[in-house]
Amino acid sequence: MTPTRRSALLGLASSLAMLAALPAAAQEFITVASTTSTENSGLFGHILPIFEAETGIEVRVVSQGTGQALETGRRGDADVVFVHARAQEEAFVAEGYGVQRFDVMYNDFVIVGPSDDPAGVRATDSAAGAMAAIAGAGASFASRGDDSGTHVAEQGLWAAAGIAPAGDWYLSTGSGMGATLNTAAQVPAYALTDRGTWLSFANRGPLEIVSEGDPVLFNPYGIILVNPERHPHVKADLGQAFIDWITSPEGQAAIASFEVGGEQLFFPSAQ
Amino acid sequence: MEGPFATAFGLLLAADPVLMQIIGLSLRVTLTAVLIACLIGLPLGAALALARFPGRGPVIIVFNALMGLPPVVAGLIVYLMLSRTGPLGDLGLLFTPEAMILAQVVLILPIVVSLTRSVVEDIWAEYREQLQSLGAGRLRAVPTLLWDGRVSLLTGVLAGFGRASAEVGAVLVVGGNIAGHTRTMTTAITLETNRGNLGLAVALGIILLTLTLTLNAAAWGAGQWARGRLG
Amino acid sequence: MGAGAVGMTHVRAFVPSILPLRLEGVGYAVGVKPLLSDVSLTVEPGRRLVVLGANGAGKSLLLRLCHGSIAPTSGRFFWADGSPRPEAQAMVFQRPVLLRRTVAANIDYPLALRGLSRSDRRAMVARTLDRFGLGAMAERPARLLSGGEQQRLALARAWAMRPEVLFLDEPTSALDPSATRIIEEMIESFSAEGITIVLTTHNLGQARRLAEDVAFLHRGRLIEQGPAAAFFAGPKTTEARAFLAGDLIW
Repeated sequence: MTPTRRSALLGLASSLAMLAALPAAAQEFITVASTTSTENSGLFGHILPIFEAETGIEVRVVSQGTGQALETGRRGDADVVFVHARAQEEAFVAEGYGVQRFDVMYNDFVIVGPSDDPAGVRATDSAAGAMAAIAGAGASFASRGDDSGTHVAEQGLWAAAGIAPAGDWYLSTGSGMGATLNTAAQVPAYALTDRGTWLSFANRGPLEIVSEGDPVLFNPYGIILVNPERHPHVKADLGQAFIDWITSPEGQAAIASFEVGGEQLFFPSAQ
Repeated sequence: MEGPFATAFGLLLAADPVLMQIIGLSLRVTLTAVLIACLIGLPLGAALALARFPGRGPVIIVFNALMGLPPVVAGLIVYLMLSRTGPLGDLGLLFTPEAMILAQVVLILPIVVSLTRSVVEDIWAEYREQLQSLGAGRLRAVPTLLWDGRVSLLTGVLAGFGRASAEVGAVLVVGGNIAGHTRTMTTAITLETNRGNLGLAVALGIILLTLTLTLNAAAWGAGQWARGRLG
Repeated sequence: MGAGAVGMTHVRAFVPSILPLRLEGVGYAVGVKPLLSDVSLTVEPGRRLVVLGANGAGKSLLLRLCHGSIAPTSGRFFWADGSPRPEAQAMVFQRPVLLRRTVAANIDYPLALRGLSRSDRRAMVARTLDRFGLGAMAERPARLLSGGEQQRLALARAWAMRPEVLFLDEPTSALDPSATRIIEEMIESFSAEGITIVLTTHNLGQARRLAEDVAFLHRGRLIEQGPAAAFFAGPKTTEARAFLAGDLIW
């Protein structure tokens, strides 16, 4: 055998060894389908190590838009869904895909826009009024356009303002919150964002908060165990353990202690 | 904010365990996918070059066209296969590194097959009568042609590696970008971009590019060495 | 085993001989266009047969048909052992393809195809390298040898296959005079070992030096054959006379 062939075979063998060395599931785990906004804020990085240390259960979070996260649950590809679009969550349970919805926490949405505020949004006193001002001025607005919880909330605001948004000024990015904020910072454009993503978002450019505090901007998060009757492989016990923990005083305290830049992002709301 | 190059250098210098885990996973997934794609694609491409059968033309065209398959589509196909409600759902492979490997195999197999067919066809035209004269049948010719085409084939394998290491669409859909489990260089870059951490995203990009450069340089060096040694 | 020990022992001793090879009415046509028609010829064992003719006369085609590279469209081949394509024959093409490997690996390749054991192959490769003075370049890439060295390797590779008959298509057409002389000496030494040689050439000097028998092709037909001395002294056909005369003028 020539040295070349031998080294080629060695390479092959070591590659196969590498394949064999792929990490095996060393411990029990559950898969949680959640939203990009929660993941991007860094909340999971803060609370999951506490839960894992306590229970030995690894939580694998797949962060998607709310629509996609619910679809993941519907297909049985996650054990737990943890999202923020109340009407869709209730439909998810009503259709039999989820067992029960529990309140976990809330944050709120804010409207951000260029600091020079060309549409005069700062002068309005409600979220619907802010949307009407943006549409009235034809100022650019960057929308998620991805059927996410934030997108659904935005559509509710347009409906409240009696406006069907369309035109050159209305930019549907069809992407996540971060990508949409990156777009808004470049144009610059107004955008609706959850406060958590906004506070941890680094590339703000000229954007700042121009409207906040309206009660309709309240953004509740719910957690649901995927129905094991529909998907028998769902790890109901482990999933329920996570739900029990996150809604317990201890889990709630963990959420309350998560801060970005000295500001609390999420407010516990479990009953 | 410090420059992305300084950030990248700092990250590497600190050998941050999270970063090292991400780099390790990226390399494992992509190299394994390349290896599997080669194990299937090299013989398949060579067979396609040598075999004559009805429908060969359309098969070649399909493989050529699949080289342009958008990664997201490859990811979606694998996702639908591996989802609990899909045909392979019972394997429970969705959101695992194995699922990402499978998606990348789907992505790069057409590249390996098409380039192998093209390379082997050229060598076959030159070698055919000689190999027959020396006593090699078509089947026995396959390993001979693959070995003698190794320098050109390496380019195809590198193209496959490049596509796999650079893509994010497929691994994001089937892997889920789970921290510590299925987060790769490219999905981490996407995540940091979405968090507005553009500097960190670019730094990760620089690290990924450095890895790709290193591997390509090693492969090129090996190719040059083989050319000098073995013609 | 040293160079001196080769001699007659190289040719397979106990296998029934595949020669003579008899061709009966062999022809080859592409579509309706005949490239070779009605060739009847006998390749006798132990002889050096030179196939002569102008460019396009069908010399190379005839060799490839004999070797079995391509099948005739008419007529038949009869090998003495009755097989359709015996193993104990080899061919060196006008442009032999050397594999992109070392010199030694090129000699080893057909031996591996024939299922020789590793130790038999190693012994045969060593013996071949030694026999043709290629030992110093055993580990060099075959493709990087000079033209003359490549041709020597191609002949050595064919020799290692232990042929009873060796078909050589224009073996020196691309070589300078000194390399040509080395190749001709190799051919003569093969002949001395008992290997039957069938060779095409457009070089009449080479034909006169090497031929024991001559077959003269003209436009795809075999129009004259017989002992070389008689052919060169007094060609019977006008075409052969013109061919030989062309050589004198040129």
